[in-house]
Amino acid sequence: MSNINSDRPLSPHLQVYSWQLTMILSIIHRGSGIFLMMGTPVLVWWLYQIQAGAGSYQQAEEYLLHPLGRLLLLGWTFSIFYHLCNGIRHLFWDIGKGYEISTLYRSGAVVVVVSSLLTLATWLRAYGLI
Amino acid sequence: MKFRSPLKNARGLGSANEGLSHWWLQRVTAVALIPLCLWFVYSVLGFLGAPHAVVVSWFGSPLNSSLMLLFVLVSLYHGQTGVQVVIEDYIHTKVLNIGLLLLVKGFSALLAVVAVVSVLKMAIEG
Repeated sequence: MSNINSDRPLSPHLQVYSWQLTMILSIIHRGSGIFLMMGTPVLVWWLYQIQAGAGSYQQAEEYLLHPLGRLLLLGWTFSIFYHLCNGIRHLFWDIGKGYEISTLYRSGAVVVVVSSLLTLATWLRAYGLI
Repeated sequence: MKFRSPLKNARGLGSANEGLSHWWLQRVTAVALIPLCLWFVYSVLGFLGAPHAVVVSWFGSPLNSSLMLLFVLVSLYHGQTGVQVVIEDYIHTKVLNIGLLLLVKGFSALLAVVAVVSVLKMAIEG
């Protein structure tokens, strides 16, 4: 235990690791992906209900337009845009570009701003406000 | 110093015995989903609150139903590869790991078939 105070790097235990934008964005990327995957049964159920007839379609609409349904749809709207934008960021990393620390933070900020704006625009459009 | 046999290099399958296919297909579907996601959100916004007959006739167009199926199927494939990585990262109990993978892949396949049959029905009848 003599070298416990030495400056050797420690593995990043979450409890002691200081939070940074890059790690938060990385966690949200996974989270949004899982959340989107949880939305696929709803998407397929919606397609099934449309096919099943006017009554079923009406029923699906009622569920989706319930406040809880709207909240989920808002979550899926943000998730699809976030995962899309941050996914493009990932594709740039895959071709070896954008690894400089300053670029990482700048592209991260762009992802947050663009996906938020796209979510806002979609919902303003949905409510007929734009 | 090279420890790999020439045969191993020629096969190019690596330690997981499936080469780059999982990683590569995840990227290919990711690229395909860039236009498909934008098209999907734009389309759904288009018939928000529309009567049933209008929505069904929208699916009656071969282009609309084709793109919708492409969106659903590519999404499911991409999502399934992603969830597989998450399971492999965090679930280390062999039985639970394989069980969850089978569940995710089986359920994705079921969703894919239901989506195909539902949309095709409207595409042909509508």
